[in-house]
Amino acid sequence: MISRRDFLQTSMAAAALYGASGFGNWARVAAQQSLTQDKLLEFDTFGNVSLIHVTDIHAQLKPIYFREPSVNIGVGGNKGAVPHVTGADFRKLYGIDDGSPSAYALSHSDFSSLAQAYGRVGGLDRVSTVINSIRAARPDALLLDGGDTWHGSYTCHQTAGQDMVNVMNALKPDAMTFHWEFTLGSERVNEIVEGLPFAALGQNIFDAEWDEPTELFPPYKFFESGGVKVAVIGQAFPYMPIANPGWMFPEYSFGIRDERMQEMVDEVRAQGAELVVCLSHNGFDVDKQMAGIVTGIDVILSGHTHDALPEPVLVGETIIVASGSNGKFVSRVDLDVRNGRMMGFRHKLIPIFSDVITPDPEVAQLIDDQRAPYMDALSEVIGQTADDQTLYRRGNFNGTWDDLICDALISERDADIALSPGVRWGPSILPGQDITREDIWNVTSMSYGEAYRTEMTGEFLHVVLEDVADNLFNPDPYYQQGGDMVRVGGLGYRIDVTKPQGSRITEMTLLKTGEIIDPSKTYQVAGWASVNEGTEGPKIWDVVEAHIAKQGTISLDPNNSVKVVGA
Amino acid sequence: MDLTRRKALALGTGTLAFATLAGLPAFASLTDDAIAAMTGGAEVTEGGIDLTAPEIAENGNTVPVEVSAAGAVEISLFATGNPTPAVATFKFGPLAGSRSGSTRIRLAKTQDVVAIAKMEDGSFRKASATVKVTIGGCGG
Repeated sequence: MISRRDFLQTSMAAAALYGASGFGNWARVAAQQSLTQDKLLEFDTFGNVSLIHVTDIHAQLKPIYFREPSVNIGVGGNKGAVPHVTGADFRKLYGIDDGSPSAYALSHSDFSSLAQAYGRVGGLDRVSTVINSIRAARPDALLLDGGDTWHGSYTCHQTAGQDMVNVMNALKPDAMTFHWEFTLGSERVNEIVEGLPFAALGQNIFDAEWDEPTELFPPYKFFESGGVKVAVIGQAFPYMPIANPGWMFPEYSFGIRDERMQEMVDEVRAQGAELVVCLSHNGFDVDKQMAGIVTGIDVILSGHTHDALPEPVLVGETIIVASGSNGKFVSRVDLDVRNGRMMGFRHKLIPIFSDVITPDPEVAQLIDDQRAPYMDALSEVIGQTADDQTLYRRGNFNGTWDDLICDALISERDADIALSPGVRWGPSILPGQDITREDIWNVTSMSYGEAYRTEMTGEFLHVVLEDVADNLFNPDPYYQQGGDMVRVGGLGYRIDVTKPQGSRITEMTLLKTGEIIDPSKTYQVAGWASVNEGTEGPKIWDVVEAHIAKQGTISLDPNNSVKVVGA
Repeated sequence: MDLTRRKALALGTGTLAFATLAGLPAFASLTDDAIAAMTGGAEVTEGGIDLTAPEIAENGNTVPVEVSAAGAVEISLFATGNPTPAVATFKFGPLAGSRSGSTRIRLAKTQDVVAIAKMEDGSFRKASATVKVTIGGCGG
């Protein structure tokens, strides 16, 4: 008898082939006009259930450029495993040809020239077209939003998330889970969630005072789809009060709570669930680990770490699907569920090439309605990039956007050293492109954007770098919070990612003098996005805007200040 | 009996007995000494006891910790990195339906929390969990 695992492995092989038909043959396509919407959406409907996954949109309503990371180091058991594979190694792993649309969508190489050829990606009006096309083939397909939706843009900040709520409601999701949404403050989150026309799920969202489940965020919801009883269990970002300001949502507690996840899986199975889907904001490595501990989950739709994978990863009998960020991708997963078991699947990571996919006119209008009151502010040009300067954020240690932000902090706040948080959201800017106010807000907007200036001893700076490094490079994924290393300006260091916390960071150097950082000496440090209550300073977007306006044309020196060992 | 977590918390607090120890230089040896005082040097085996603690504390000043061990007469909790490692001892009578307790503890820094259960047959069981106390950072 063929086991379910054999079925799944056969499906994996089929998915790889299908993935190749969806991605590989584009290698011969030289320019975007050879790409068609039909080709992008081509999918041989399979089984009886379809899932549509979007995640980590970060309020990007309009098409953008988004460069994937060149450095994404895996540690412990995840060393060299996806998603910790980048560039040429990634393309080789998935059989993607250099210069192909897939290479542009999924890897960083030749980013600026491929971006000129293939254009912008994303846009929720295009995402809507893709969703409509899947629903035309499978009317009761489930649309599941992995969260980080109501955060990340000028209009989202000004409307406290309302622009995203309005547009997402038009796409009619079936369920959602959460992360940055909570940085709107618990009062606002509660207000929006109470009015949501779909399920707001989180088995790990607890009342902080009593350490009990909340009523507002149920753990799961049942759906009937293709005659199959589907249970969707939500898993919010586990480390919200640590990675983000807990004082903004003191009533809530989170955590991984995998024992309760197991209880919920057992509970929905006992109630007749034939397919168990986990809509997760854990991050990919945490999801992989959880899939090996919790039994009975068929599909994990994984968010938070912004990884885009052209194939699911199989752990035991659970498939894990990673669907990228910033509206750049939609994942479609078709499943064959028979006799209460998932017996096979077909998957496609659909890149949203904005020049190829026709916008849904109704959603396009709705997006423009949200933006209309702010167009003057959004479109104001503050500066330009030089002809050889791309601005991007992703990467474990630095990106040019944060190099620029650190320069702005040092010069505008008169500091020795700048710190910029290692977040993974924020679109890219091509060489020779205008930088508008909207572009600056896309990489800085948040509800705690104060740019502080403070004194730190060399010893404390070391503690900060070690603390953040352990969030990224602790060999046990359950101790990782996602995100990247804090970005530094005016400071160089050496990091050995294989060492334990406290001994990874050495050779800390003050770049302006070349001196080694003295643990007992005090330095002037500017930064932003502090999780501490009562942080004071001008808003980071104003600091960056003032700096860019003074520079006019942005041209950055290459950043070689971080020496990485053990990768 | 259907015990909610809230009731368990209240019960746990009711039977809580705080232990104190005189200061000694190394915290790890303090924990070893406290465990030896409880077990009288008897062998301690892993398993048969569940310890639930967060991987990363949301607030190091109040970390929720839960222990349970079927057949335990006594469970003690130790915070190995605190100046005073002994945190609490839960004692269970023969009529206790659930041999579990929960409380919140303050952790000075990242450390292992250890639970030792004394069983009805006089044997000892152990479980431990690393709880990270972090200064916080930046989300994806």
